[in-house]
Amino acid sequence: MDLKTLTKLTDTQWRIEPKGPMRVPGILFGNEALIRDMDDKVYEQVANVASLPGIVQAAYAMPDAHWGYGFPIGGVAAFDPDEGGVVSGGGVGFDISCGVRTLHTGLDRAAILAVQRELADALYYRIPVGLGSTGAIRLDDREMDAMLAGGASWAVGRGYGRPEDLGRIEENGRMAGADPKQVSEQAKRRQRDEMGTLGSGNHYLELQEVTAIHDPAIAATYGLEQGAVVVSIHCGSRGLGHQIGTDYLKRMALAASQHGIHLPDRELACAPLNSDLGRAYLGAMCAGINCALANRQILTHLARQVFRDILGADLRLLYDVSHNTCKLEEHRVEGRQRRLYVHRKGATRAFGPGHPDLPADLRAAGQPVLIGGTMGTASYVLAGTRQSQELAFNSACHGAGRAMSRHAATRRWQGRAVQNELASRGILVRSPSPRGMAEEAPGAYKDVSEVVAATDRAGLAKLVARLEPLVCIKG
Amino acid sequence: MPMPVPPPASLPSWAHFEHRADMGVAGYGLTPAEAFEQAAMALTAVICDPARVRPAQAIAIQCEEPDLELLFVDWLNALIYEMAVRHLLFSRFEVQIEGAVLRAEAWGEPIDPERHQPAVEIKGATYTALAVQQDDAGHWVARCVVDV
Repeated sequence: MDLKTLTKLTDTQWRIEPKGPMRVPGILFGNEALIRDMDDKVYEQVANVASLPGIVQAAYAMPDAHWGYGFPIGGVAAFDPDEGGVVSGGGVGFDISCGVRTLHTGLDRAAILAVQRELADALYYRIPVGLGSTGAIRLDDREMDAMLAGGASWAVGRGYGRPEDLGRIEENGRMAGADPKQVSEQAKRRQRDEMGTLGSGNHYLELQEVTAIHDPAIAATYGLEQGAVVVSIHCGSRGLGHQIGTDYLKRMALAASQHGIHLPDRELACAPLNSDLGRAYLGAMCAGINCALANRQILTHLARQVFRDILGADLRLLYDVSHNTCKLEEHRVEGRQRRLYVHRKGATRAFGPGHPDLPADLRAAGQPVLIGGTMGTASYVLAGTRQSQELAFNSACHGAGRAMSRHAATRRWQGRAVQNELASRGILVRSPSPRGMAEEAPGAYKDVSEVVAATDRAGLAKLVARLEPLVCIKG
Repeated sequence: MPMPVPPPASLPSWAHFEHRADMGVAGYGLTPAEAFEQAAMALTAVICDPARVRPAQAIAIQCEEPDLELLFVDWLNALIYEMAVRHLLFSRFEVQIEGAVLRAEAWGEPIDPERHQPAVEIKGATYTALAVQQDDAGHWVARCVVDV
């Protein structure tokens, strides 16, 4: 991106001045190098989002932003329903509520290394992973609707996890407002045998060692210690979420003109929050969020079985965050408290210290913000800050973001070689797909450390701990 | 920018084009239906080598949509849906388009992870870089980015 097209506000904040149909400015977060490396499409997409009806304050791009569908990946935008605000399927994305959860093992590196291979093989055997894999759970129509209304709370009620898990999940594990009737039969059918599956692409289950503590006080509150090992799970709402995205993208694109909305890009398809279609999408999308929360809860149950069988260990949930959502939240804008629908597309909610929606034992520290890496690079734990509310509606980055296309990655790397190279560095990867491993080679991603450092420097979230992989189960 | 490769001399054929996070699929043919068939091959090739997929069983697909570009996305999404719920991969396609109605048969077989080595599953076809166009030589291209 050409820096001359932007107004530099600080070292990590850059502004797209409103012009043409833009109702508000665009704000890009990142250091000079990250902004320069962002594709021009991010500029265009942020400007397009800024032109949507009812947008409040600005359209934002996080430091890991890249070209997405309508919205950039790493895009954040809030809309006021009373000012004609919209909800956009592209602003949420196909993988509704894709997210990360991290669990404490209570074990250190030495304890894991003693059984590293056995753990890797057992997790790979127990966790359904890759294209065509199915879970052990089959949902009939009634159970499907109960799952879509209940989320992780439904899963716990069926024996997958414990009630105390729920307080450590956004929305206490159950997204209010879910309306299973607004989810198509096709979407439900696509999910029938996919509960408790990891998926493919950039989704993973990893064992990670805490290799650096950047904020000892917050790390202690989160229960993170140098040398401790955690389990992190990255996946989303599986086929159900993908089908909801497909269904509503078309419905919103076709209905836009009836709602008087001009779409500069069909992928920006949206509907007024105060319309039948807008309400239907919100009901379906909230059901999609619950599907993702239930899915990560079942995967947690499977991982717990493995740790119990091999090590007699228990896994305690640190926190669960979602990346692709639109949520009704209260925010203070220009001195006024407002209820806004905040889209986060490839961005993490990051509530600051004292936020009432955080569990009591984490409230003083701020929300854990879990940033996924790649098979070979670090992941990070950050904490929400007080200033992130006014910076970007309590939002932070979500991961590294790709630097290279899948084709370019397969031209450069071979899957087995990637696996062997990681093994030589002590990282055991288990995956059904050599090509998948090549496409997901760590070198195909941006430097997550730089993204996280820029996020910390911008004040969006505070760096707490660095995690490095020991085992990766990859789709 | 997603730039499809230029239509090759020999038609029909398919290609992928670059997208930073995902992948573009393009089909080329002498008719829209032929371009749709070829784009479906490109869709399978996002997942695995189509040559490894035996055309052992057929399923019927029907879509209806007056806008030819949206019909193309519907066609790809119907294939993505059938692959997901039936756990199939496809390697042969026959498409007929009459007005707003597409009728097709897709041949394939159940996913065999060992033999097919599937790299990734496809979440959906998108409207990004979407086009169904005829060039000056009368050749048709149908293309869009798919989310993986």
